[in-house]
Amino acid sequence: MTPSDYVASSLLIFGTLFFFAGTVGLLRFPDVYTRLHALTKSDNVGLGLVIAGLAVQAESWFVVGKLLLIWLLVLLAGASVAHLIAKGAMRRGVQMWKR
Amino acid sequence: MEALTLLQWTFDSLIGLGLMWLAWRALASPQLFRAVVLFVAFGLLMALAWVRLDAPDIALAEVAIGAGLTGALLLAALARLTTAEKAHNEADQSGKRNHAVRTSRWFPAALLLMVAAGLAYSVLSIPPSSAGLSVEVAANLDISGVSNPVTAVLLNFRGYDTLLEILVLLLALLGVWSLGGSPSQRAAPAGPVLDTLARVLTPVLILLAAYFLWVGAHAPGGAFQAGAVLGAAGVLLLLAGWRPHPGFMQLPLRLVLVAGPGLFLVTALFTVVMGRHLLEYPPERARILIVILETAEALSIGTTLAALFRGERPQEKERQ
Repeated sequence: MTPSDYVASSLLIFGTLFFFAGTVGLLRFPDVYTRLHALTKSDNVGLGLVIAGLAVQAESWFVVGKLLLIWLLVLLAGASVAHLIAKGAMRRGVQMWKR
Repeated sequence: MEALTLLQWTFDSLIGLGLMWLAWRALASPQLFRAVVLFVAFGLLMALAWVRLDAPDIALAEVAIGAGLTGALLLAALARLTTAEKAHNEADQSGKRNHAVRTSRWFPAALLLMVAAGLAYSVLSIPPSSAGLSVEVAANLDISGVSNPVTAVLLNFRGYDTLLEILVLLLALLGVWSLGGSPSQRAAPAGPVLDTLARVLTPVLILLAAYFLWVGAHAPGGAFQAGAVLGAAGVLLLLAGWRPHPGFMQLPLRLVLVAGPGLFLVTALFTVVMGRHLLEYPPERARILIVILETAEALSIGTTLAALFRGERPQEKERQ
């Protein structure tokens, strides 16, 4: 394994950890708002790390550009959709969780 | 090497089992919303399965149409059904379960078993290592006008099937329109976030559709994928509250809807008149013909899908 392989693997593993934490949050958090928080925060960073890991191994800058574009689009869609879901839940009167 | 195959084997089994579980849960779920969400998840996992089977073309179509647009259509239908479902639930709780409904399940079950047996038989009767028609496709690829075998099959060798497929899509829309569509729902105002998302994503989606269309000649992509992406752009715009110009909703809309199937039919007739077989393109013109057909098809498919999502037949102008 070359040094870049090590970098790529650790980035990928780190990204998977974020995905894992996000999934646990989605399953374990008490209401829709906190679940959205878990999903959007960790998936954005998790996907960013996975993309970075893949970009290190990419054959050309063209592929790196495509990967970055995917990440940006997911960031945009993820943040917007999370906002829309939360807004929909607010409008339907879903109560926020209180300790 | 062996560890890798074991890992892949585990991964594939997980996908297969996950698919069956999701399908079962989607069918058995009493809550329709949950069923739709499970169906979308099923589509995404199915796309992964197609990728594992080295069929990225079908994976793209599955994600765009199976998971994305069908999911949107189902959710739109669900929103219109909600009132009907409430009435049904109330009736269900007050009255007892109908016995006839329960016994009539045996007939579909027997039918399904027969279909499953037939499928199992045909799968088992396939010789284990059969090249199928891929050898012939590869041999004739250079006269097809494109270098992507999937596009060559869809638009040239089996153009007939594709023609029927897009006609089915058009028929579905005609069916929805003939039923009178559904009363338009006064949706809540879109708000700045959805509005901005639609404004930013629509040009990207149009560009992506053009890319799919162009790249389909030599790599995974093509008219159906491009059409689905265009349809998604339409759905997004409709969700954000955008409505086409009323003038467009008359003749121009109908022309766009029939452009794909219409051009296809004209081409089919033309090839027959020229003394060739149905949809047998002259090899030297095949490339340009396929590009034109695919462009028209993508436009028609995208518009049809967006119109299906809208569901409502555009109001006719008062005839003098």
